[in-house]
Amino acid sequence: MKLEYTPEQDAFRAEVRAWMEANVPSGPLPSFDLTREGFEAHRDWERKLSEGRWGMVTWPEAYGGRALDLIRWLIFEEEYYRAKAPTRVNQNGIFLLGPTMMEFGTEDQKARFLPRMAAGDDIWAQAWSEPGAGSDLAGVRATATRDGDHYILNGQKTWSSRAVFADWAFGLFREPGSERHKGMSLILFPLDAPGVTRRPIQRMDGKMVFAELFLDNVRVPVADRLGDEGQGWHVCMATAGFERGLMLRSPARYQVAASNLLTLYENNKNSLPASVAERVAQSWMDADAYALSIYSTASRLTAGGSIGPESSTNKIFWSEMDIALHQTALDILGDRAELAPPDLGTTAVDWLEDYIFALAGPIYAGSNEIQRNIIAERMLGLPRA
Amino acid sequence: MQFAFDEDQLAMTDAARVMLVETCTPADLRHLLERNEAWDEARWNAIRDMGLVAMLAPEDAGGLELAPVDLVGIAEAAGYVGLPEPLVEQAGIVVPLLASLADDRGWIERVIRGEVVAVGHPANPFVADADTAGAFILPHGAELHLVEREQVSLTLRHSVDTFRRLFTVDWSPSPETMVGSDWGQTADRGALFTAAQLIGLGQRAIDLAVAYAKDRTQFGKPIGSYQAVKHLIASAQVKIEFARPVVHAAAAELPLDTFASRARVAHAKIAAGDAADLATRTAVQVYGAMGMTREADVHFFLKRTLALRYAWGTAFDHRATVIERLNTRPTGPDMTFASRVPA
Ligand SMILES: Cc1cc2nc3c(=O)[nH]c(=O)nc-3n(C[C@H](O)[C@H](O)[C@H](O)COP(=O)(O)OP(=O)(O)OC[C@H]3O[C@@H](n4cnc5c(N)ncnc54)[C@H](O)[C@@H]3O)c2cc1C
Repeated sequence: MKLEYTPEQDAFRAEVRAWMEANVPSGPLPSFDLTREGFEAHRDWERKLSEGRWGMVTWPEAYGGRALDLIRWLIFEEEYYRAKAPTRVNQNGIFLLGPTMMEFGTEDQKARFLPRMAAGDDIWAQAWSEPGAGSDLAGVRATATRDGDHYILNGQKTWSSRAVFADWAFGLFREPGSERHKGMSLILFPLDAPGVTRRPIQRMDGKMVFAELFLDNVRVPVADRLGDEGQGWHVCMATAGFERGLMLRSPARYQVAASNLLTLYENNKNSLPASVAERVAQSWMDADAYALSIYSTASRLTAGGSIGPESSTNKIFWSEMDIALHQTALDILGDRAELAPPDLGTTAVDWLEDYIFALAGPIYAGSNEIQRNIIAERMLGLPRA
Repeated sequence: MQFAFDEDQLAMTDAARVMLVETCTPADLRHLLERNEAWDEARWNAIRDMGLVAMLAPEDAGGLELAPVDLVGIAEAAGYVGLPEPLVEQAGIVVPLLASLADDRGWIERVIRGEVVAVGHPANPFVADADTAGAFILPHGAELHLVEREQVSLTLRHSVDTFRRLFTVDWSPSPETMVGSDWGQTADRGALFTAAQLIGLGQRAIDLAVAYAKDRTQFGKPIGSYQAVKHLIASAQVKIEFARPVVHAAAAELPLDTFASRARVAHAKIAAGDAADLATRTAVQVYGAMGMTREADVHFFLKRTLALRYAWGTAFDHRATVIERLNTRPTGPDMTFASRVPA
């Protein structure tokens, strides 16, 4: 056990830091959930990252990456968040679809999709959920009907993050007549294909963070199916593992939030009881505990280990930590907590917005109730209902 | 950066865990309880013969001169079995303390051979293991005194955990007994290895709850098939999962002896205490009324958890250390490890 960075890792950190200092936009970009303009500003940032070959540092060089190990990925993320670089508009692509494609994609698919993904040319949305199939994903009804070397897609998808402006989606479809886990395929489709209609869904604060998708006889080549026909469930579960495991929420995000919380407390502590310091400290401890846990998982994976159902514990931990941290911030703000932009003034952190986002943490990527079932049944061996 | 145990550490921990699980079953604990004893000579000999007490001792005293991180998994295993004998205290706290003295008066070798030295650190008003001790290290102001058994008189204080033998110690300091004036890292070692035991205690409570929930049926089904029960246990497991790496990091960083490494120990003690508390209370809930009795095994682990949560500094004390660290040292994603934080 060696909890010190090697000189090479330190040098890598310095390299990332220097690049970020020179390239991160000075102010926050406009939201990618409100306007096409904001979305394109984020795409430009993805392009810039990829020009520096920082689009996805763990990917093979052939796809625009640097083939770095997970420890370096963590260092990269630490510097990324430290520099207040923009939220990754393409995170569904690079963190979920990318690794899945690396595992299940054909050579042709990898060559066609991965470099464009790394470069921000294609921004991806995940089209799994349906109005009738949320937690129970095997209840998906949207169909892919085989027609020679094409599929005809029909049905409705929902809650698809960033699909309002995204370019492509990876969706879960079933062979007509098939049931539950059988007969599903994961199919890639362009969101501007004929027959696709998108309807933005407003989040409670008015932001269009997700969309409904209606598919009416959308034709896609069979070559755009990821994994074998009928194996969609298997492929999707691998993606879900990436989602809950390491990639979705890197610890740096919460460590920066905890530092911001400390600053907020410092600036307001004259009007607050001393006991608030304990809650602030708890958030900081939780963020550091999460970082330590991810470092230890990354060390294990780098040494050839694998991640099992314990990845479900991550999801519960970060989502609950995130809510507690933002609750503390709102409690510190007190009667100013409810103020939304445009009344927010020029505070650097929009705690309310981040709190509302945190509220979704226990719901998406498999709700925490479902994760607790997975922990109880697959990690601890309790009987199924 | 390598945040994982190496093969030697894993092998040693595994061997110790197997021995402890085999020799310290709940049935063994019950036999001791019936006899109102807290010491099993055969088990202590097995522990000593494995060289566990000597792990952190200097080589010239017959030790292995290993680091705290080499012992942390074994301390976890000692918690897991609810070990009554003071392996963790002797190996993790007493031996390094004796090694730090200019003159240990031969005690480090005697401890390695199986004798016990009890420590009256100012963090703990009552002295544990005093009735089995051949000598004591006691505070007098800032001084440390090494006092032999016949120079003290002991009064038993009853702990809820009858395997914790607590005493108040009456004694008189003299120039002959004085051996030092610095506790060094003793308090940190105490908190760290207590935290490690708490992780083990919590995991044991969860494992007991899981086994019971598979076995016990109500309404015609195992209670463990009910989601309400599953979720209780899963939540406790999550808390353990995120306390354990903090304890391991605290062990690896302890030798740095910086403000950040001390705050990490404080964090470890808080996190492990909270996790073990939730886990043991959850086990009581899952066991139902049986969980409140001496007939189920849970009480062994709950009572030890209760005791250890308050030993070597309370959560209040440790939180104050964390808050001071936050007020005086930088935070942020590049400051995760104590080696990065200015001393
Ligand atoms: C911000 C956000 C972004 C999202 N982005 C995407 C996206 O990009 N792509 C996509 O495909 N989906 C996305 N989702 C959808 C998300 O995956 C689902 O919301 C989630 O799987 C839960 O499904 P549901 O909303 O239908 O809730 P339901 O499944 O109807 O569940 C409602 C409640 O019942 C509980 N529940 C359900 N079943 C059980 C059970 N067996 N045991 C115990 N409790 C149960 C749930 O935990 C939840 O609390 C997003 C959701 C949010 C909030």
